[in-house]
Amino acid sequence: MSVSLSDASIYRFLWVYPALQESVERMKPVGKHSLGASGEISDFQEILRYLDELILYDNMWDDGNSLGPKEVHNYLTRVMYNRRNKFNPLWNSLVLGGVKNGQKYLGMVSMIGVHFEDNHVATGFGNHLARPILRDEWHENLSFEDGVKLLEKCMRVLLYRDRSAVNKLQIAKITEEGVTISQPYALKTFWNFAAFQNPTVGAEGSWKVTITGDSLSLPPSPTMGDSSSTVIDYGNRLDI
Amino acid sequence: MTKQQANWSPYDNNGGTCVAIAGANYCVIAADTRMSTGYSILTRDYSKICKLADKSVMASSGFQADVRALQKVLAARHLIYQHQHNKQMSCPAMAQLLSNTLYYKRFFPYYAFNVLGGLDNEGKGCVFTYDAVGSYERVGYSSQGSGFTLIMPFLDNQLKSPSPLLLPAKDAVTPLSEPEAIDLVKTCFASATERDIYTGDKLEIVVLNADGIRSEYMELRKD
Repeated sequence: MSVSLSDASIYRFLWVYPALQESVERMKPVGKHSLGASGEISDFQEILRYLDELILYDNMWDDGNSLGPKEVHNYLTRVMYNRRNKFNPLWNSLVLGGVKNGQKYLGMVSMIGVHFEDNHVATGFGNHLARPILRDEWHENLSFEDGVKLLEKCMRVLLYRDRSAVNKLQIAKITEEGVTISQPYALKTFWNFAAFQNPTVGAEGSWKVTITGDSLSLPPSPTMGDSSSTVIDYGNRLDI
Repeated sequence: MTKQQANWSPYDNNGGTCVAIAGANYCVIAADTRMSTGYSILTRDYSKICKLADKSVMASSGFQADVRALQKVLAARHLIYQHQHNKQMSCPAMAQLLSNTLYYKRFFPYYAFNVLGGLDNEGKGCVFTYDAVGSYERVGYSSQGSGFTLIMPFLDNQLKSPSPLLLPAKDAVTPLSEPEAIDLVKTCFASATERDIYTGDKLEIVVLNADGIRSEYMELRKD
């Protein structure tokens, strides 16, 4: 998921639960741009190979001109669409960001070739959880630091609510000069909300046993007014 | 054990509605700018309208990747036509080309619902309406897309086209003036936006007349 700023684009990607490796890099620099993907990593690697060749041939012209993010986005769209036409899709959702001639660009391509450009994009659950936050809080003159904070806010929500997310992510900063991708880091989270403690105690169908004397007895079943309710103090929340 | 069905579909419906109205010497083509998938909005600012030739403008809704591919194919064919004939394609010619292009993929269709609008060789407004596999008809007005069931009956009520069976044949152009037609289009979309979840955000209106081509925008509800 990413946002674009007035003269740069930044991205974040949550690392998926690593089944085979320590960590999985889902964001790679491509020439002066940055490409991120969700979905099948092997297909992403193949796309990177296609783009390597594309950028190579572009450089070989040696004509002082280089493919901008719009062009690379269009190329990716065609690749994805043509594979979909052959009923053999590359199983990815791609996000491409770049800056050329002072113009920032952020685009997305899905596995069936649906593509668009916008000020903020997201893949998977990001569309449901992060886009609404971005629609509310993104504005044209977002500074880099504010952009990072905004993305971290979105990523934190995803971390809490998407069960397949892990707390390890990277940011890419793309400017006219090029791409820098940060080292992976973790977000501060807060799990001590009362509702998170013993969440299934007294739940429908649960079995909590207490032993009193010689007999086993069940705790009284919860009734409407019974369960302890806590006022959640949002002042204590981590908006760091 | 039941037969396993395909879980992956090469199609998706990205929603949106298109409308076109032909006048005596103008043509109005309009479409909303919302792109959705499922219950999510992907973007609020995506144009479904494509200028194919000087006097032909196409608006298409449906599966966005197919719509884009269709626009590119037609643009490429138009370029070749210009090289070969040293002139722009007329709207009726483009209409036939679009029909043929759609039918070419009869057995793996472009999931695109199109309305083609423009000026014919006499300078009169013309609108052609299509289904996904190329069946087409010249009409005085039309709508396609997710909101078309809401808009079409309203347009029928306001503009009822003469029957193509009449003899002598009656012209399929609306008696409305250009500003009246634009207002009608705005009304159509404002209403469709209320009840169709896939229509909204912004309305893009393109007007073609003897003076040339111009675009207008109107905000629509964003919910």
